[in-house]
Amino acid sequence: MDTEHDTQHEEADARPVLEAPDIARVLTRIAHEIVERAKGADDVVLLGIPTRGVFLARRLADKLEEITDRKIPVGSLDITMYRDDLRMHPPRALARTEIPGDGIDGRLVVLVDDVLFSGRTIRAALDALNDIGRPRAVQLAVLVDRGHRELPIRADYVGKNLPTSLRETVKVQLAEEDGRDTVLLGAKRTSPGAPR
Amino acid sequence: MSKILIRGARVLGGEPQDVLIDGETIEAVGTGLSAEGAEVVEADGKVLLPGLVDLHTHLREPGREDSETVLTGTRAAASGGFTAVFAMANTFPVADTAGVVEQVYRLGREHGYCDVQPIGAVTVGLEGKKLAELGAMHESAAGVTVFSDDGKCVDDAVIMRRALEYVKAFGGVVAQHAQEPRLTEGAQMNEGVVSAELGLGGWPAVAEESIIARDVLLAEHVGSRVHICHLSTAGSVEIVRWAKSRGIDVTAEVTPHHLLLTDELVRSYNPVYKVNPPLRTERDVTALREALADGTIDIVATDHAPHPHEDKDCEWAAAAMGMVGLETALSVVQQTMVETGLLDWAGVADRMSVKPAAIGGAAGHGRPVSAGEPANLTLVDTAYRGSVDPAGFASRSRNTPYEGRELPGRVTHTWLRGKATLVDGKLA
Amino acid sequence: MQRHLISAADLTRDDAVLILDTAEEMARVADRPIKKLPTLRGRTIVNLFFEDSTRTRISFEAAEKRLSADVINFTAKGSSVSKGESLKDTAQTLEAMGVDAVVIRHGASGAPYRLATSDWIDAAVINAGDGTHQHPTQALLDAFTMRRRLVGRDAGLGQDLSGKRITIVGDVLHSRVARSNVDLLHTLGAEVTLVAPPTLVPVGVESWPCEISYDLDSTLSKSDAVMMLRVQRERMNAAFFPTEREYSRRYGLDGERMAKMPEHAIVMHPGPMVRGMEITAEVADSERCTVVEQVANGVSIRMAVLYLLLGGNEPAVTHTRTEEK
Repeated sequence: MDTEHDTQHEEADARPVLEAPDIARVLTRIAHEIVERAKGADDVVLLGIPTRGVFLARRLADKLEEITDRKIPVGSLDITMYRDDLRMHPPRALARTEIPGDGIDGRLVVLVDDVLFSGRTIRAALDALNDIGRPRAVQLAVLVDRGHRELPIRADYVGKNLPTSLRETVKVQLAEEDGRDTVLLGAKRTSPGAPR
Repeated sequence: MSKILIRGARVLGGEPQDVLIDGETIEAVGTGLSAEGAEVVEADGKVLLPGLVDLHTHLREPGREDSETVLTGTRAAASGGFTAVFAMANTFPVADTAGVVEQVYRLGREHGYCDVQPIGAVTVGLEGKKLAELGAMHESAAGVTVFSDDGKCVDDAVIMRRALEYVKAFGGVVAQHAQEPRLTEGAQMNEGVVSAELGLGGWPAVAEESIIARDVLLAEHVGSRVHICHLSTAGSVEIVRWAKSRGIDVTAEVTPHHLLLTDELVRSYNPVYKVNPPLRTERDVTALREALADGTIDIVATDHAPHPHEDKDCEWAAAAMGMVGLETALSVVQQTMVETGLLDWAGVADRMSVKPAAIGGAAGHGRPVSAGEPANLTLVDTAYRGSVDPAGFASRSRNTPYEGRELPGRVTHTWLRGKATLVDGKLA
Repeated sequence: MQRHLISAADLTRDDAVLILDTAEEMARVADRPIKKLPTLRGRTIVNLFFEDSTRTRISFEAAEKRLSADVINFTAKGSSVSKGESLKDTAQTLEAMGVDAVVIRHGASGAPYRLATSDWIDAAVINAGDGTHQHPTQALLDAFTMRRRLVGRDAGLGQDLSGKRITIVGDVLHSRVARSNVDLLHTLGAEVTLVAPPTLVPVGVESWPCEISYDLDSTLSKSDAVMMLRVQRERMNAAFFPTEREYSRRYGLDGERMAKMPEHAIVMHPGPMVRGMEITAEVADSERCTVVEQVANGVSIRMAVLYLLLGGNEPAVTHTRTEEK
């Protein structure tokens, strides 16, 4: 969510910075890091942030299940109603919040998103979590960290650190939504604005 | 009083002629009349009509001077080209005694903008129970000949019969506001497709038609004449047409707004369109225009009904019923009847001056434009086009449904017995 | 730009489906320990109720509070209105207090429309029922209830009510619920039949996008949902029908009649029910009756409407009628 998927900002001369095999590899690595840092990941709950964070969370869950041979609870967390820029746009259609059956109380919640940018989405996600329950701890996994944070937020697991300028766009495409796996770096056609 | 020469006026829409006024009287009508010693008004092809007569005006005085007074109402009348108006009886107190009608009559005379002929109430307090002193009002200085409970229907058949009979003694006429009260309880607008959708209480056509049918039969039975106020439906037209064909002595009026507007406008929920009887359908409008053209409907009457701003600046149900009409009547008739080819200007003079004067017995009004007649005249710039701006109204109230609407024609001059009450569109 | 919800007839199919879909997500908030969202923080909404309606007011209030709006309740009784203050003055007074939206219930048909189209106030206007005109959020919650029951909670997402046969029974003449439902259900592709004694059907109904029947029994077997409207006993005195007993016998829904409905068909009622008049206790308390569900769904629908009208810098709901003008 923390990126721009709108077609109005379709980047010119976008070039891939991650291809499908890279994405698969970094997700495997993140899964291993989670198991390592969460000491077996036996209380992990993965919550993806719609739209693409949800697909990444499911993929991570599959990898974790392979590694731990246990069922990993996975769900989604829509942050639309918690955004701090609601008044700047028309209301957005809501996405699904699906909390796994056993809830999140006392568990290690790993938020999963595609791109970490300003940090505002994660701030909203932390607020949303607060209304749902009280996790033991919250961690953040992202496929790409492109910098330019506006809030004191950092990711615990990063697929790729990608230094960018504000004039550039980062676009993640995933097979479930876009028909292919890739991360594209392009130049914004319109004048640069504040990151959303 | 000096002489006035109106030069090059199309009398009743005919070829340009000169009209010379001397004092209160028309001295001559012809071409090339001498202007010697006369103030000249260049008519420039404008249409000259006999001063208009409105058989149905609400002047609101006494009692509701916040919406209109005899002064402001007669100024509005002069602006609209009228030289005589009949003032309805639903004032506070009700004009049901000689005292009230004489007061209104005298105020009209004093102000001098337009003759005011009071209409007397048929029943005491418009309550429909007991006849008012119709004879005393007739014999008063006001000389009342038209009686009406307008605003309310004389719904009791016996009271209506007696009133019709009683006024025969002095040549009076009862003007009926045809509205069956039980069928119109809670009525807010015409009952039909639009009311069903808007959820507003329906005012069915049959509530008007059933009363008209009853009253023409009563008039026939007792050999009286009856006048129908603000006829608004195609069905009413059929009944009046039938009654006339039977020789029943019935006359009928239609308002300008019923000739132009339909209930579709109510979709705006803007109470400026709230009026009684309500705006009807396109089919009714067509029937009313045809009936006015063929004489089934005898006259146009404004039902000028001023209301203060706050009585219209509210939700529909809370709003007062009625529209001002004196200052836009002729323009609406020009648009709906003249420009559609249904009436010529002689026809307009007949429906808006000659016939209403005859029905109401307004002496000196509705006369031919010819030598020796009283100089009650109206000059109309029929080529004018402009949109209605209520801020310019002489009436104290602004509740017009035509605000911003483009209407043709403009009255530029009005003379009441030779005295100019309106000059170049400005009140004298 | 239209920021108001005045009539169900103003909603396009896509608008209506968006509202229903959004309400489906809102409904899930009710299952959470903290039933609150921060979305309308700092927005002030006044519930301006000129008519008593505790149910509707409470439903709106719950929706507003769940979205964290500041709520002001204004009821006509005991207020300046009972001292003769006009709608205009009341509305302007409230707006001067910085109100972002007015939820209005008024006995006069068209009062919300007037409030929205006059130059009296700038706030968004949401119609919570006006006279015998419209009650759009009621129609939306009814459609939401039907979609959940007849199509499915998740299967219904993005779907309308195409092909569903809905029968609305009772005092159509005096019912804003019937008008709103006919408009919205038609927009959503349902086939609507109104059933009532001829006295309780408005003149001019032939222009409505629905069928009219005077015979309840012949419509029941062809109905996916039967919505019973409240019939006030006073109507009897105005000769709309002879007696309560005759009305119930001809137009009331009892167990025997309910048995003629298809297995899957539901019974709806906007409440408050007049048991023994239009509906028997047996039907009202049956599994097929959705009255209580409708109340719960009302909160979700009103949250969705408030979010979509007030949640952004401009409304997400378009309005066909005003755009055509």
